[in-house]
Amino acid sequence: MHNLSLIHLRDVTRAVKELCIEACTHLPGQVCSLLEKARQEEPFPPARETLELICRNAKIAAETGIPICQDTGMAVVFAYLGQDVHLTGGLLEDAVNEGVRQGYTEGYLRKSVVGDPVRRGNTGDNTPAILHIRIVPGNQLRLVVSPKGFGSENMSRVAMLAPAQGLEGVKQFVLDAVKQAGSNPCPPMMLGVGIGGDFEQVATLAKEALVFSQPHPDPWYRALEKELLDSVNRLGIGPQGFGGQTTALSLHIRTAPTHIAGLPVAVNVGCHVTRHAERVLTGQPCTLAAKEGNR
Amino acid sequence: MIRLTAPIAREELLKLHAGDRVSLSGVIYTARDAAHGRLCAALDRGEALPVNLCNQVIFYAGPTPAPEGKPVGAIGPTTSVRMDAYTPKLLRYGVSGLIGKGDRTPAVCDALQECGAVYFAAIGGCAAYMSACIQSCDVVAYDDLGTESIKRLVVKDLPLTVACDAHGGNAYRDGMNAYLETSRKD
Repeated sequence: MHNLSLIHLRDVTRAVKELCIEACTHLPGQVCSLLEKARQEEPFPPARETLELICRNAKIAAETGIPICQDTGMAVVFAYLGQDVHLTGGLLEDAVNEGVRQGYTEGYLRKSVVGDPVRRGNTGDNTPAILHIRIVPGNQLRLVVSPKGFGSENMSRVAMLAPAQGLEGVKQFVLDAVKQAGSNPCPPMMLGVGIGGDFEQVATLAKEALVFSQPHPDPWYRALEKELLDSVNRLGIGPQGFGGQTTALSLHIRTAPTHIAGLPVAVNVGCHVTRHAERVLTGQPCTLAAKEGNR
Repeated sequence: MIRLTAPIAREELLKLHAGDRVSLSGVIYTARDAAHGRLCAALDRGEALPVNLCNQVIFYAGPTPAPEGKPVGAIGPTTSVRMDAYTPKLLRYGVSGLIGKGDRTPAVCDALQECGAVYFAAIGGCAAYMSACIQSCDVVAYDDLGTESIKRLVVKDLPLTVACDAHGGNAYRDGMNAYLETSRKD
C-alpha cells in the first residue's frame, strides 16, 4: 500500500504539451544508436549514404528544434495511472487533449487529424489523442507520448490465424507484412509484433512492442525476435526501398494468452522516426480526508 | 549529380534514368491526398484548375507550420502510392514531374512513359534537413485544407533520386536486385 498522492490535471496538460514537442524534435537515444550501428554495418554504398543523411537529419532536428519528420503524427498517449493517485482539476482525457492542442500549436507541429474518417475535415489542433489508460500499482502517473506517422501506420496488419498455422504461420505473416510494406513506410522500419489476446488486444500489443522496443522477457520469444529480424533484413528492401541490408532496425514481440480457437497476430510498422518521450508525475502527498474534501 | 531547374524541360526529363541522383532548384508545387481529390474532381467537371500545373512538378508534401523568420517548418515526402488513383489523370493533363517516396503502381509507371514524365524520390523522414532547401512557400490554392493546401515552393538543391523514369526504368526494382546480387556474391 502506497501513500496517496494528489496530481493536478494542469500538470498533466503541461507534461503532455512538452512531451509532444520533445518527441517530435528529439529522436530517442536507442533509435539513434540503432541507426548509427546500421550505418556502420551496411555493406551497400547507396544504402549507407541514405543512412548517413538520416543520422544527420536527427542531429539537425535536435539542434534547431525543427521536427525530425513533417508527419508529426497522431499523438498516441499511454497513461500509467497509479491506483493510489487522486486526479483533481477536471478530467484526465480533457487534460491530455489540451496538452496535445497546446503542444501541436505552440510547438509548430503539423495538425494531421480529421474529425470524421469518411467525410474528413481537419480538426485544426491535432486532437483528439489516442489515449491508453492503464491502472498500475503506486502513487505516480507515468505519461508516454508517441507521435505516430501514418506512412508507416498504413502498412500495419492484423490477422486472425488458425491455431494449426502455428509458429510458421506467424513467421510468414510478419514477413508478408514487411514485403507488402516495401518502400512505402520509410524503411529502415521498426517493427512491433503482437501475438495472442483477441482482435483489439493484439493490435495494442503490437503498438506497445513498437513504442517501447524492449526484448521479450521469455528467451524463446527473444530468439524468435532475432530470427524474424534477420529474415526481414535478408529481403533486400533496404533504406527507402532502394536496396540494402538495413530493412528494419528492430523487431520486438509482445504476447498475451488467447482463445483455444485462435492465434491473433498483428504487425505495427514504424518508420526510422519511431519516437516517444516520457515523464513521471509524482504529485503531492495527500490523506483520505483531503481526498474526500476535494470532491 | 545532375543539376536541374524546375519547371523542367521535357527534353531534360527524357534524358533521366532510374537511379540518377538529381539536385533540384526552382519552382515546384505541393499537393497531397485532399488536394489531389479536388484537382481531379475539377478536371472531371471540365473546370480550369485553381493553379496551372501544366509542365510543373508536384511534391507530395504537407509541411509543419513555419516558425518565426522561416519560410516553412519541417518538410518531406509523403507515401506516393496513395496518390496513384489520381496520378495518371494529372499526368495526361500535363503535370511533368512528381516527387514523393515509395514505389508506384504499374498504371502510374505506364502513364509516366506515355506522357514523358518522371517520378523522383526524396528521402522520407529527413524533414529538418530538407527544410533548409526551401527558400519560399506561398499558399496558392485550397487554403482551407491547412497543411494539405497547394503551396508554391521555391527550392534550392533539393536532393532527389530518379525513382521511375520515362522509359520504364524503376530504381526500387533495380536497387533491390543490385543489392541482392552483391550479397549473393559475398
